[in-house]
Amino acid sequence: MQGNGFHNAKLFTAVNPAATIDYALFQRCVHCGLCTSSCPTYTELGDENDSPRGRIQLMRMVADGHPLSDRMRRHLELCLDCRACETACPSGVRYGRLIEPFRLAVEQADQRGEARYDWFREIVLFRLFPYADRMRRLLLPVRLMQRLGWYEMAERLGLFRVIPGRLGRMAPLLPSRLQTAPRLPKFLPAVGRKRARVAFFVGCVADAVFRPTHWATLRVLQQNGCDVFIPPEQGCCGAIHFHSGDNRGARRMADANLVAFELDRYDAIVVNHAGCGAMMKEYGLHWQDGLQPHRAKFAAKVKDINEFLDNLGMVPPAGRIEAVATYHDACHLAHAQAITEAPRRLLSLIPGLELRELPESGICCGSAGVYNLNQAEMSDRLAQRKVENILSTGARIVLASNAGCLLQIQRELRRRKLPLFVMHPMDLLDLSYESKRPWRG
Amino acid sequence: MSPLVTELRAAAGRENVLSAPSELAVYDCDGLTIERQPPRAVVLPGSTRQVAAVIRVCQRQGVPVVPRGAGTSLAGGCVPLGEAVVLALSRMNKVLSIDLRNRMAVVEAGVANLQLARALSGTGFHFAPDPSSQAASTIGGNTATNAGGPHTLKYGVTVNHVLGVEVVLSNGSIVQFGPVGDPAGLDLIGLLVGSEGTLGIVTKVWVRLMPNPQDFHTLRAIFADVADASNAVSQIIAAGIIPAAMELMDQGILAVVEEAFHFGFPTDAGAILILEVDGPRAGLDRQQQRIVELCRQFGAREVLQASTAPQRELLWKCRKLAVAATGRLSPSYLIEDGVVPRSRLPQIIDRIAEIGRRHQIRIVNVAHAGDGNVHPILLFDERDRQQVDRALAAGREVLEECIACGGSVTAEHGIGIEKIALMGRLFAPADLEAMRRVRQAFDPSLRLNPGKLIPPRGLSPLDRGHPQ
Ligand code: SF4
Ligand code: SF4
Repeated sequence: MQGNGFHNAKLFTAVNPAATIDYALFQRCVHCGLCTSSCPTYTELGDENDSPRGRIQLMRMVADGHPLSDRMRRHLELCLDCRACETACPSGVRYGRLIEPFRLAVEQADQRGEARYDWFREIVLFRLFPYADRMRRLLLPVRLMQRLGWYEMAERLGLFRVIPGRLGRMAPLLPSRLQTAPRLPKFLPAVGRKRARVAFFVGCVADAVFRPTHWATLRVLQQNGCDVFIPPEQGCCGAIHFHSGDNRGARRMADANLVAFELDRYDAIVVNHAGCGAMMKEYGLHWQDGLQPHRAKFAAKVKDINEFLDNLGMVPPAGRIEAVATYHDACHLAHAQAITEAPRRLLSLIPGLELRELPESGICCGSAGVYNLNQAEMSDRLAQRKVENILSTGARIVLASNAGCLLQIQRELRRRKLPLFVMHPMDLLDLSYESKRPWRG
Repeated sequence: MSPLVTELRAAAGRENVLSAPSELAVYDCDGLTIERQPPRAVVLPGSTRQVAAVIRVCQRQGVPVVPRGAGTSLAGGCVPLGEAVVLALSRMNKVLSIDLRNRMAVVEAGVANLQLARALSGTGFHFAPDPSSQAASTIGGNTATNAGGPHTLKYGVTVNHVLGVEVVLSNGSIVQFGPVGDPAGLDLIGLLVGSEGTLGIVTKVWVRLMPNPQDFHTLRAIFADVADASNAVSQIIAAGIIPAAMELMDQGILAVVEEAFHFGFPTDAGAILILEVDGPRAGLDRQQQRIVELCRQFGAREVLQASTAPQRELLWKCRKLAVAATGRLSPSYLIEDGVVPRSRLPQIIDRIAEIGRRHQIRIVNVAHAGDGNVHPILLFDERDRQQVDRALAAGREVLEECIACGGSVTAEHGIGIEKIALMGRLFAPADLEAMRRVRQAFDPSLRLNPGKLIPPRGLSPLDRGHPQ
């Protein structure tokens, strides 16, 4: 590249963060720039350092021996890892396989170097989030407050703002009515002719916050002739650890799931939140050890609920829902798993529902895992952009197949006091099967 | 901090100026990667006033200014030669108004084609130029390079669709040409469109909106070889049909496109034509029938119509993204832009293959067959200096060959630095001198995108204008 002096460069003495990246992956990028307009951060900021092409060049510079300056680092940290650029790239650049190992290495170097204790990461992210029961216990007081009407008052009065940092940002993310639902059973039988035998993946945050959606999903599976098994030993998919730089923690989670699911018993492992699905579909990629073939086999069985029902051929639901709805493409579904048509096809089977295309549907809502906690400003900007686009459709129902998106969109709508319904496609399909509607009257 | 950066910050706002070397590197080239040079600073102005202020600073400091849109140019038009300041218009990205009654839209220069298309969706109107980079490229960039695209055959290039421009001149003054019905005085719009930022910086564009055709039929025809396909093309034109587009892809590129987009092209086909007719529904069936007959007459083994909108979109995606998809075959490419009489297409494709073999450079081809415009794509690894040299030599020969076939070198991708040395082939010395004088009239100190488009006196033809 060039040989200028780099004044701001923070020399890192540890290993080169690009060291584990296959250089051929960089060379796939022909620098055409056709990905830029799909990138949320470039669209917002207009600086090519915040575009996919720019970030690839920054990482490649580091691979070529250039020190990683603080500024370069900031541009790379601002990336949502939404992988919209992968969908856009004609040359087949696997961007996720560049940024993920790169960030992992930077994070690990940090931990080695400064040994700074990040309480949020260690306690909230690693000890709390991945365990659905701990999360639920923690949320008990919230639920109580909500029932008493204190929570909304606190939100109105801005009391959450006095909670410092990332924890303070989390409070308003919670849905205004945390619904309770009974624990999931171990097994639910197919309704009608039996068509498949599946295992259901429960997850952590999804179970703590969206258990009613789990129930809806299970009922939809039953309606479609599936025997559904819910192995009780399963745990978190490991995505939280993986994306926060704890590679080993992520592998532990993955391997616990290998044990929990007896693959040969099921036609598929069905997941209803895109973030978990994307992670589990990549189990075979991340760790090259003796268990790798098992992980790859596991990954091949993982199916997103929309994908699974679409392939199976969904039994059309009968209940009419006269409403205008719009569907938001979760990054982890559209870009990481290339699933865009299936959910639209399923939803179009609901009698009476008018599905309007959401402008910029494939642009991230700013949730992106824990991004909304770490990169608050960009996250808010993208949430606002998303809601503007949603409003332009005139829809009353917004659908998304991922917990993070649901929370993020809900929060922004609530902040603006907009009475839209934010739901998972399975919630709406379930209502239609049950001949109910999202609202009374 | 250098005085230049201090002044730029004052002119455009601190948050709109990049000056750390590690942040400048990504602005060191555009889609043409064999020339790289980092700029001295990058400014991302938010308004025309800021653009003007930046130009004045650069004039005072004696620093060249290079405008940039999305940086998708394939000709190096955005490479900051001479330690220039890059003026990136990406933050000026608002669609200012859409006036359907007067069939006109007003956009800031940094608006992407895609963004305008989105804003127009559902109105029944569109902006006609459709360069292959349209997913990312900007209207300002289209204007600066007079961009074309597959539908040029019927609808013309950007200059036919620009009704007015707002421009910042080299002295920092802001002027506006058009948009008026009947132009009086000099047609400066025609002069500015395609001037690649050498006469001024376009900040706002009034574009013509075309009503969407009532209907279109998109066909793909599969041929045994390029010769058959090009003969069919000539016959179609001779029969008096003007399709909206006629695009050719050869076997080499088909394989890549198939890998990238899974359209279902037979990879053993020698060549494929994508043909589109559009207009009032009434005449389309007859035109289509005639085209099918002619293709069959020239041995097409299959002519199929894309029956659904998604299929048509996928077909066009295959064609438009074909060039970048070659990244799957090799780390870098050089795309040439030649034109030959339509009847000579088979011959030039043969010659290109021979040149590739001789230089041991793999070459695949796409062509706007209707205009005899071929885009040979030369594949190489930019880290291997010898391969780079071989690719450059082969590219030069390809263009020589186009000229020898009675053709020329077009400027569809702009001249930039990539083709600057060929200008001597396209124009007589007196023509070039006239251009230089026009340029000097607009920019006496030659600070606006120097080293692009118009060659300095004495640059010999077919010397690449490389600084390296
Ligand atoms: S990532 Fe893909 S689309 Fe983006 S510049 Fe590289 S090759 Fe082009
Ligand atoms: S992953 Fe998303 S945010 Fe990151 S570069 Fe790609 S498109 Fe941009």
